[in-house]
Amino acid sequence: MNVPTNAYLIFSALLFAIGMAGFMIRRNVIVMFMCVELMLNAVNVAFVTFARSFGDVAGQVIVFFVMVIAAVEVVVGLAIIVAIYRRRESVSADDASVMKG
Amino acid sequence: MKTSWPDILFFAIVCGIALGAALRVVLSKNAVHSALMLALTLFSVAVIFIAQSAPFLAAVQMIVYAGAVVVLFLFVIMLLGVDKNEDLRETLRGQRPAALGLALLFAVGTVGVIRLYGSGAPQAEAIALGADNVQLIADALFTTYLYAFEITAAPLLVAAIAAVVLAKRERPAKSLSESREDGSA
Repeated sequence: MNVPTNAYLIFSALLFAIGMAGFMIRRNVIVMFMCVELMLNAVNVAFVTFARSFGDVAGQVIVFFVMVIAAVEVVVGLAIIVAIYRRRESVSADDASVMKG
Repeated sequence: MKTSWPDILFFAIVCGIALGAALRVVLSKNAVHSALMLALTLFSVAVIFIAQSAPFLAAVQMIVYAGAVVVLFLFVIMLLGVDKNEDLRETLRGQRPAALGLALLFAVGTVGVIRLYGSGAPQAEAIALGADNVQLIADALFTTYLYAFEITAAPLLVAAIAAVVLAKRERPAKSLSESREDGSA
């Protein structure tokens, strides 16, 4: 594949920006979580691009670790969402405001 | 090295699918549609991994993300029954335009930096990470990054226990809600 490195990095930046916008705009906690996954994937694309352009496999190993931690994060996060839903009967971020200052 | 147009076309198609699906994740009113579009985005990213000579990561992406994570999302959506549409009223005035503006600023800033300092040259074909990809990753993982690899066992164990503890129903709370439901019914 002879696509310029820049193209992959720009794709990664746009994907991250979409995830960021979604995280700030949406209030459904589950969709906010999906946006976090989008951002993680964007960074993974950047890591793989740099691994390719420097010819160093370390970038790919870091992506592997990111995937492990992302799986852990999804499990704990969704368990927290289920626990909050039991108590509040809602998955809107606005309803989880007990600790508001 | 010359840039080849079929590669550019392929890249553009995959990128278009990924970014369009990502936009649909954000814009869908239904959480189930968001989850399915997330799966499409993750598939496209896996294709990009293959194009970037990372076939092992593409396989892991399909199994862990598109397989486990999206199914987990769908399972929670099904379990909670929250497929009804979200309340779209704006509680903080001006929050949405501000968020959109910030995201746009971020996109413009990063793309600008990449265009200024990045390399526009096509990637070298000589660097072969794809040929013995699994072996290369295994070599790095079990020598240089051995401690990090072993330590990932701890978060995995903690997550498994935490999921059980968090999702477990508390007995008194259950009996209380049940009695309340019985009373109202």
